Parts: sequence; structure tokens; C-alpha cells
Amino acid sequence: MRKPPALALAALALAGLVVSGCASSSTTTTPSQSAAAAAFPVTVGDITLTQKPTHIVSLSPTATDMLFAIGAGAQVVATDKNSDDSDFHGQPKPAKTDLDSYTPSAEAIAATNPDLVVISSDTNKIKDQLTTLKIPVYVASAAVTIDDTYRQETELGQLTGQTAGAAKVVADEKKQITDALAGLPNRSKQLTYYYELDQTLYSVTSKTFIGSLFSMANMINIADPADADGKAGGYPQLTAEAVIKGNPDLIFLADTVCCQQSAATVAKRPGWGSLQAVTGGHVVPLNDSVASQWGTQVPQLLASIVTAAKAVPAS
Amino acid sequence: MFRRTGSVSTRTAIEPARLRVRWLVAGVAAVVLVTIVSVSIGPIRINPWGVFLQLLDEIPGVHLNTGLSPRDSAVVTELRLPRVCLGLLVGSMLALAGGCYQGIFRNPLADPYLLGVAAGAGLGATAAIAAQHAFAVLPAAGGSGTPYAIPLAAFVGALIAVALTYAVGAGGSRYRSPATLILAGVAVSAFFTAGQSFLQQKYVETIREVYSWIMGRLTTAGWHDVLLLLPYVVVTGIVILSQRRQLDVMAVGDEEAESLGAHPRRTRLILVLAASLGTAAAVSVSGLIGFVGIIVPHAVRLMAGSSYRVILPLSALFGAAFLALADLGARTLMSPNEIPIGVVTAFFGAPFFVIVMRTSRRV
Repeated sequence: MRKPPALALAALALAGLVVSGCASSSTTTTPSQSAAAAAFPVTVGDITLTQKPTHIVSLSPTATDMLFAIGAGAQVVATDKNSDDSDFHGQPKPAKTDLDSYTPSAEAIAATNPDLVVISSDTNKIKDQLTTLKIPVYVASAAVTIDDTYRQETELGQLTGQTAGAAKVVADEKKQITDALAGLPNRSKQLTYYYELDQTLYSVTSKTFIGSLFSMANMINIADPADADGKAGGYPQLTAEAVIKGNPDLIFLADTVCCQQSAATVAKRPGWGSLQAVTGGHVVPLNDSVASQWGTQVPQLLASIVTAAKAVPAS
Repeated sequence: MFRRTGSVSTRTAIEPARLRVRWLVAGVAAVVLVTIVSVSIGPIRINPWGVFLQLLDEIPGVHLNTGLSPRDSAVVTELRLPRVCLGLLVGSMLALAGGCYQGIFRNPLADPYLLGVAAGAGLGATAAIAAQHAFAVLPAAGGSGTPYAIPLAAFVGALIAVALTYAVGAGGSRYRSPATLILAGVAVSAFFTAGQSFLQQKYVETIREVYSWIMGRLTTAGWHDVLLLLPYVVVTGIVILSQRRQLDVMAVGDEEAESLGAHPRRTRLILVLAASLGTAAAVSVSGLIGFVGIIVPHAVRLMAGSSYRVILPLSALFGAAFLALADLGARTLMSPNEIPIGVVTAFFGAPFFVIVMRTSRRV
């Protein structure tokens, strides 16, 4: 019984040596860096960058939008093919690639010699594969609340050496959101809404990112009861009857591009013609891809939600 | 009936029951060749001579100046080589299990997924993926879950399904036939598949991930998956190969095999256990890769002989080479993206199989 503690102590001592060894090596390299790169090395989560990245590859349209907004656009060398529709904030687009963010080849990404790769989902073990090649990977997963957006912008700012740019973007967004919400009239009764993902009536609840924007605008989601226990992950499929019973004040269509839905097509659906949203002209078309991102276009999306809500007369 | 028995015995007399050395050499050569070619080719162009030196450098005690940059040498040793090895192991296991099932059930259509492994693993993986989504989406910003939850769930699901099939199909009556086991497999598969479809419908945002798992992939980083799978393939492979003579005896039917001193039921149980365990392990790291377990043993049978003493070892070798080669296609054909390997195995495997079938004398 006496040996294990001794062994454990030895192991601890060894670990201590290793840790102190690492620590001393990192402290010795820091002073040798130039003043311009004083902010580096930078550590965010589990990745550490020793110098400012200049060959960034973004495999997420939202991350591409964020990187260009915070002023790191010139450091981006390649993006995935879906990023082609992103907002480049007036800057020149980087080289377009055929990289698909869903099944990209890690080796093909490595071939561009990136010093930072940004992804939004890790379905093909991309992070593990690139990490073994010593290429840092930042995962900017789909945001759940607006705070995730601010956090990702701030962290991308730290990683790219654009902290000031990121701080300005976040401050601007916060101000735009506050301004938009300030315009909301006081209502005795909260407005209800239905948010449509496709014409098979898949919807979102208030627990999703997009749903949280409507909650900020003080609106009630008619899809919430359909996924009260959260088993559908916040994306329940409604029945036409449930929508008609819910009789929302507003309908938001996030299937205008994919499925060519519009106020006219909604009005023609059996039983939908008498819905308050339809008779009152409050069916609001949104751009599918803008509505599926969580980047810098969010304040604008929120503003359009608020505008639509303002148009509904007090009952 | 008499005529048929006669033709079978003439056939066995003509065909070699022993594994010919030239076929064994061809199998080993195929594995070595495919390994070298696969490791040399990829989206990043690397000097093949450097790759060859790098492979030699991996042998303990050998130190060579490969001339490769650190990135290229990491691509070879940490991405390509483990992936090729994983392809060899999975391909070898699936082909061996397929050949084994075809012998046990005396059914040419048997594949490694016959007893519910695929459906069980599919349900397990879908449940794990759905659970990760349910817990990651709702409470604040969650992590992506543990990396080994999906393989573990798939492995457990596969074993549960096969155990259930065996309990339903082989339990109870003494007069059960292999056909009962196949039917039980069909029933259990249908049941588990229904469960999987229900989960997929309920957690619709997981469809892409589940789908990618169903189509199979050998994406791996480093050696962890290879080391995880290796013991299963080695142990179950040795067990299956050790029973190859028994499978030949069983080909005449249970009663006759018993009169020849064999124990068909015991042999069948051992083989079903080994083949299912091996397949479950393979499937848990690679997803469902179809076709290998059916076409490789048949192609071997058509080319080299119908004795299981020939089919099983050669299936292991050619199955390994075939899957590694198919993965080379999956990695490079649509570069910079990847194709699910199940698509490649079926797309190129099916025509190849037809060619073998049409040109072979033994159909």
C-alpha cells in the first residue's frame, strides 16, 4: 500500500517538471518578439497562435462575414464555396475554392498552407485531422443567443490581431439592436408569430437563435408548445391545423429562396386565407440565407422584425 | 438430385481445395501495392520517393533523411498512412465476415449485415448523434460532445441487434435451421431501422450527420481508430480462419456434416459470434460500407476456387486492398471534397463484379 503514493508523487514531480519546462520555454520566446506583434502569442480556448495569422481559411459563411467585418479580410486567403454569397463589407473577395464545408478534405485545406482555419461544424473530423498537422482550427458553431455572436466576433478579433475592429463591430451591433428595440410600441397584448423554415411547416421555437431575436422583440412563438420538452431540438414540425389554431399576428417566411414561398402562395393554402397575418397583410418574406446566419446581419434582421411588428395596429 | 451431387464432386475434384501460393502472393502484393500507391497520392502533391523513404523511416530503428517538409511528412504519417491502414483493416474484416456468413448460411446473398449489425449500429449511432444535438442546442452553447460516443453507441447497438437475432432465431426449438436465423435477422433489422427512422424524423437537423455515417467514411486523424479496431480484427480474424475447414464440411448440410464428425451448430455459433463482433467493431469506426462483404468473397470464389480454405484468407487480403483502393477514390476523385466511400465501393465494385462474373468459367 505504500508504493502507489510514492509512484504518484514521482509522477506528479515529473509532470511538474514538464509543465515548468513548457512554461519557461514560452516565457523565453515572448521577449524576443517584435513590438508590432506584442499581442501574440494569443490563446483562445484550446488554440494558441504564436503570431498574427496571414493565411486564414474560412469554411463558414458567417465566419467569413465576421472576419471581413472586423478588418481581418486581408488575412483571409480562401473560403468555402458557400461563403461566396457572404457580406465582404466592400473589400475584395479572397480566392474562391470548391471547398464544401460539409465534407472537405483536410489535406486539401492543408495544401493552402493556412495558419488558421475557421469552421462552424466539425462533421468530417476536420479539427482532429488539421490539429495533427499543427494547423490551428477555431470552431465558431451556430450561435444559440446573440451573446454567442458577440463572443465569436471578439474571439476572432483576438485570434487575428484585430481586437479594436472586433470591439467596434460588437459595439455597433449592440447599439443598432438597442435602437431597433427602442422603436417598439407598448402593447397591451403581445404579438404572436409563426416562423416558417419550409413549406412542410418545419418551424423554430424561442429556444433557437432566430427564435431568441423574436423574444427580444417581445413576441410570442406559436410553435413553442409543439416542442415544449425540447426533444425536437427547437425545430418542430407543425401541422397546418396547429398554425390555423394558433392564428398568428405575423408570419415570417424563411423559405422564399429555397421554396419560392410568398404572401400570395401562403394566402392560397387551404384554410390559411382567414389567418390574421394574411388578412392584415403581415406575411413577411425574409432571405433564407440571411435568416440562417448569426453574423453581422443580425441587427438588420432584428430591425426588419421590429418594422414588421410596428406595422401591426394595436388591437 | 443424383446428377447434382455428381457434378459437385467432380467440381471439387478439379478445383484446388488448398490455397495456391501464387494466389497468396498475389493477395499480399495487392495489399502492398495499394498501400504504397494510396499513401503516395492525395490532394497535396508529395514526391513519391520521399513518401517511400518516409514509410521506411517509420520502421523502428531506421532513420532516413526523407527530404519532406514537416507538413508533408505529417500528412503522410498522421493522415494518409493511418487512413490507409484503417481501410485495410475494415475491408479485410468486412470481406472475411461476408465470406464467413455465406458459408455458415449456405446463402450466396449473405453479407456481414445479415443478422442486424447494420440496423443495430445505425440505431446506436443515430441515437448518439441525436443526443449530442439535443444537449448541444438547448442548454446555452454546448460542446460537440465526446468523440467516442458515436462509435461506442454503434458498437453496442450492433451487438444488441445480433444478440436479439440469435435469441429469436436460434433459441427455443431444437429443430432450427440457418434460414430461421436469417429471417430473425430480417425482423430485427426492420425493427431497429424503424427506431432509427423515428429518431431521424424527430431530430431532423441530424439527418446530414446520420446520412454521412450511413454512407460510411474512413476519415481519421492519427492512429487511435486503427489501434481501437486492430485487436478485434486480429482476434476475430484468427477465429474465423481457424474454422475454414469446418465451413467446407458444413457445405454438405448439417446432417451429413454431423455424420462426418463435425459440429455444425457449435461451429455456426462460434463463427456468428466472431464475424458479428468483428463487423460491429469495423462498422463502429467506419459507418456502413456496403458491397465489400458480398462482392469480394464472390470475386475470390469465381477466380481462385470455391473452398473456404481458399475464399477466407484471400477475401481478407483482397478485401483489404479493395477498400483501401476505394478510399483512395473517395479522397481524390472530387478533391477538394470527399465522396462517401460507400458510394465508391458500389459504383466501381458493381461493374467490376459483373466483369468477373461474366468472364469467369465457374458460374
